[in-house]
Amino acid sequence: MIKNTWIIAHRDFKAYFTSPIAYIVIAGFLGIMGWMFFFNLTHFNLQNMQYQQFNMGKGVSITEGIIRPLYGNMNVIFLFMVPFITMRLFAEEKKLHTIELLMTSPIHLSEIILGKFFSAFLLVLVMLGLTVIYPIVLFATGNPEWGPIITSYIGTLLLAGCYLSIGVLFSSMTENQIVAGALTFAAGLFFWLISWATQTAGPVWGEILTYLSLISHYNNFGQGLLNTSDIFYYLSFIGVGLFLTHRVLDSYRWR
Amino acid sequence: MILVSHLTKLYGARAAVNDLSFEVKKGEIVGFLGPNGAGKSTTMKVLTGFMPATDGKVSVGGFDVFQNPIDVKRNIGFLPETPPVYPEMSVKDYLEFAAQLHQVSSELIPRAIGSVVEKTGLGDVRNRLIGNLSKGYRQRVGLAQALVHNPQVLILDEPTVGLDPKQIIDIRELIKSLAGDHTVILSSHILPEVTATCQRIIVINQGRIVAEDTIERLTTRLKKGLIYSLIVKNPSPEGISALKKIEGISTVVASGNKLVIEMKPSAKEIRDQIVELAVSKNMGVLEFSAEKVSLEEIFLQLTTVES
Repeated sequence: MIKNTWIIAHRDFKAYFTSPIAYIVIAGFLGIMGWMFFFNLTHFNLQNMQYQQFNMGKGVSITEGIIRPLYGNMNVIFLFMVPFITMRLFAEEKKLHTIELLMTSPIHLSEIILGKFFSAFLLVLVMLGLTVIYPIVLFATGNPEWGPIITSYIGTLLLAGCYLSIGVLFSSMTENQIVAGALTFAAGLFFWLISWATQTAGPVWGEILTYLSLISHYNNFGQGLLNTSDIFYYLSFIGVGLFLTHRVLDSYRWR
Repeated sequence: MILVSHLTKLYGARAAVNDLSFEVKKGEIVGFLGPNGAGKSTTMKVLTGFMPATDGKVSVGGFDVFQNPIDVKRNIGFLPETPPVYPEMSVKDYLEFAAQLHQVSSELIPRAIGSVVEKTGLGDVRNRLIGNLSKGYRQRVGLAQALVHNPQVLILDEPTVGLDPKQIIDIRELIKSLAGDHTVILSSHILPEVTATCQRIIVINQGRIVAEDTIERLTTRLKKGLIYSLIVKNPSPEGISALKKIEGISTVVASGNKLVIEMKPSAKEIRDQIVELAVSKNMGVLEFSAEKVSLEEIFLQLTTVES
C-alpha cells in the first residue's frame, strides 16, 4: 500500500521539478511572501515606535503584529498557488493517455490518488520549509513565541491540504488543465468566502456556514491554539475530496 | 489462458462490442483484425481491466478480470493505442517507473530494463527524454514498457503503428520470438501485419466476430470459387459465349482483352478445356493464370455489409 503510493508520489514529485512548474510556483510564492514579510516587519517597527513615543504601554506583540498576519496572508497565497500545483495531476495523465498505464498496473485506484495527493503535498511542504527563514529572522532579532509559529505552520499545512484535495478532485474531472485550475480556484475561494454570509443567513445556517468555511477553522491555529475539532474538520475535508476523486475516476471507467 | 465469453460493452446505447466469445491458449499469438471502430481497442481495454464489461465474463490466467483485477493486471503487459509515455521522463527512468508499478523487485529492475532496451532497440536513446524522441521510438518505448515485467500475457494495440519498415520487421520478429513463453494478442487493421506474426486471426466487425481461424483455412474457406484470368489477342463475342457454355463456369466478364472467368465452387479441374476452346476459336491466348484471393479481399468480404 505505502510502497505503491510512494511509487506514484515519487514520480509526480520529480515531474514537478523536471518541468518549470515547481520553480515558477516556488519563486512566485517566495517573492510574494518575502515582500509581505518585509512589509509586516517595517509596519510593525513603525507601529512599535509610535506606541513608545506616545507611551501607550508595551506595544504590539510579535505574534499579533507579524506572525498572525504573515501566516494568514500565506493562506491566501496558497489559494492562488495550489491550482497551479494540482491542475496537471490527473488532467495531464488523461491528455497523455498515461492514465491507461496507471489503471492497468497492479495497483489500486486509491493508491494512485493518494500518491498524486502526496506528491503535491510534498511540494507544499518544500514551499513551507523555505519560509522557515522568516521565523529564524524573528528569533535572531527579537523574542517571539514558539507556539503560534508552530500552530500556524500546522494550520497552513492542513488548509493547503484542503485546497489540494479540491484540486485533485477537479483535475480528475477533465483533461483540460486550465479548466481544472480555474474550477479549483473558484471552489477554494467559495469555501473561503462562505462565512461572509453568516450574518445574513440566520442563526442556524450562519452556524453551519461558519463551520463549513475553511478560513474560520484557521483562526485558532493563528492564535496558537490546537483544537481537535479544527483538525478533524480539515482532515475530513481532505478525505471527502479524495473520496470524491475516487468516485469520479471509477465512474469514468463505466462510461 | 484468456477466456472471453459473451462479452458486451455498451457506450451509452451504442454497443462497441456485442456478444464476443473467444479463447486464446497459452503461448499462442492471436491477431485481432478489423476496420477502425470495430471494437478491437474496447475489447483490449476490457481484457486489461481498464474498463469493466457491461455484460459477459472475461478471465486471464484463471483470474476473473472483474473480481480479481489486481491479479489479472500483474500478469498482463499492455501497449495501448497511444503509447502511455511521459514526455518529461528519460527512457530509463520511465521504464524503471513501469517496472516498479508492476512490482518488479528493485534488485531485478536494472537487468529487466537492460533486457527490454536491447530487445526493442532503445540502447542509443536510453538516456534521452521521451518528449524528444520520434513517434517510432515512442512506440518502442511503449512496447518496452509492456515487456519490462516479463508478463505471461501481452496485449498490444496496433504495435507497429508509426514505425519504419525496418523497425516493423524487427518488432514483428520480436513478437514472434515471444510465442511459446508468452501469450500475445495484437490488434491491427493492416493485414500483412497479422499474416506475418499471428498463428490465428479473429476478424471483428461492428463489435462481433465475423471469422476466427488460421490464416490458411480462412483463405480457403472464403474463396467463393476459383477465378482465372485469360488474356487473349482477339476476344470475339462468339468465343466468349462458347466459354460460358463450358460446364463449371459461372460467369465470364470481358474487359478489353482480359477475360475474368469465375468458376462455380463445385467445379472440377477444367483448365485444359478452357484453353483448348480458346485456341480452337482462334482467340490467340497470351496468358492464362489463376487469380489468388488475397487476405485483403477476404477482409473486405467479411467486413463489408452487404446491402
